[in-house]
Amino acid sequence: MTMPPLVRIERLHKEFGAVVALVEVTLDVNPGDIVALVGDNGAGKSTIVKCIAGVYPPTSGQILLQGMPVDFGSPFDARNRGIETVFQDLALATAQPVYMNMFLGRELVKGPLRRLDRKAMVAETQSLLDELDVRIDSPRQMTHDLSGGQRQGVAIARAAHWARWLVLMDEPTAALGIDETRRVEELIRRMRDRGLAILIVSHSLDQVFRLSDRICVLRRGKQVGVRRTSETTGDEIVAMITGLR
Amino acid sequence: MRTASGAGAPRGYVVYVAFLMIFVFFAVTLRDDGFLSDTNLLNIVRQTTPVTVMAVAVVFVLSAGEIDLSLGSVVALSGLVTADVMQDHNAMLAVAAGLGVGAGIGAVNGALVTLLRLPSFLVTLATMGIVAGLARTITNLESVAVENQRFVKIFGSGDVGPIPSLAFWAIGAVAVGQCVFAHTRFGAHVVATGDNLGAARVAGIRVDRVKFAVLVLSGASAAVAGILYTGRLQAATYTVGDQALLTVIAAVVIGGTRLFGGKGSVIGALFGSLIMGVLTNGLILWGLSASEQMIWQGILLLLAISLTLRKPKGEQP
Repeated sequence: MTMPPLVRIERLHKEFGAVVALVEVTLDVNPGDIVALVGDNGAGKSTIVKCIAGVYPPTSGQILLQGMPVDFGSPFDARNRGIETVFQDLALATAQPVYMNMFLGRELVKGPLRRLDRKAMVAETQSLLDELDVRIDSPRQMTHDLSGGQRQGVAIARAAHWARWLVLMDEPTAALGIDETRRVEELIRRMRDRGLAILIVSHSLDQVFRLSDRICVLRRGKQVGVRRTSETTGDEIVAMITGLR
Repeated sequence: MRTASGAGAPRGYVVYVAFLMIFVFFAVTLRDDGFLSDTNLLNIVRQTTPVTVMAVAVVFVLSAGEIDLSLGSVVALSGLVTADVMQDHNAMLAVAAGLGVGAGIGAVNGALVTLLRLPSFLVTLATMGIVAGLARTITNLESVAVENQRFVKIFGSGDVGPIPSLAFWAIGAVAVGQCVFAHTRFGAHVVATGDNLGAARVAGIRVDRVKFAVLVLSGASAAVAGILYTGRLQAATYTVGDQALLTVIAAVVIGGTRLFGGKGSVIGALFGSLIMGVLTNGLILWGLSASEQMIWQGILLLLAISLTLRKPKGEQP
């Protein structure tokens, strides 16, 4: 008997009123696997991510974690089950220091009075940022003082810190410059090398080919196909996205 | 690029410098009018305490991105309820009733904001009117005297040695407020909620609970202030608390709390309220009429906020 896939979405279907956003999409993601979701605007990429993240409940179909069906009522549920999301708008509280963002909603406390353990949070943040090679001056720095790339680094490091199985990323480099994009891509590879599964939405086919192991193409909510990155070409993927084949 | 301070927040220490400057200014100009006398300094503490107590709570409210405009009218209603109940019952029950009214109004505000998803600005604008009307109605605009001497000692006029009992209320509120705000998860959740509501929500912070809690806290603090005014004046009247709202918000914002959430300082709010107290006191000693006081208070307030809140050119507000 073979192991069930780490995460399987099975016949996932999502309607918003009369609009059908996803039509029975099935996809597996495994540890150490970077799967890219590509497709035109409105193809349903973000909808898949938001269903898995617990933001939207699916209309029908299910999500299986290690073979067991899960029902995420909220992003909090998904996080408790080891699935982290790097949202497009970053979800950072920018007037707070970096370490408080790293532990947002999961702050460490000490002693019988449950005082915030800032020292421990700073230390853990520092070692995580060192490990993932995210370069900022100090975990005590205010988040609004960081560059876009540094902020994205913090958001991704946070996901890497808390995720046990899967990290979902929606356009993680959309707002970044070339150099910052390269650094974030390295960060994503390091997360994969730690054994996490990664599902990434990207508009940049160059990036998808640099980064992913498999590519899932969507068009108007339907899955057109899944290809191994090493066995396909940009032309084939473009053709699948635009519907030329 | 690094900026020297938090977004839209004053450089932390400036409020202390501003306090010092205003204090020294009055100490010099009013040195022959008893500004520095023990009696006068303790008077400033007495006058400031109710504002300080409310300011501590308002640090939580503003940091969470909410506002409570009903503060002043809750001061009046809670004071009147306390004084009224004390006519026929013991002081403990009266205080409980006053506190209950304040916390209850806070709970109504909180429920409307969280359950109906209404902005706190409009909800509390409405309850401000309702509560002010109730305060005028329940005693037909009449003041209610308080004769219970033990109540008066604890809540306003008494002293412990040379220190007015009111000072202990201010110290207690600031100490507890500072511990909770700066050293607990709840405090962290309050600023996160005001900083980025969506981020706080997906991080699993129960943002509705936070908003509800800060509005209840605000109502309860206004009730404490109302009870303290009642103790100090040995009577309650519907006009008490008229100026409270703006004074408290000015004190809190001068003290480094962001008006739109995400950042706050309890110690700063203490000094902000002391600035407001010293301003009022100094202007009275100058011998200004009530209307002249209002003008000068406005001018000096402008001076204080431009010292504490002014941003360097180019920095976003």
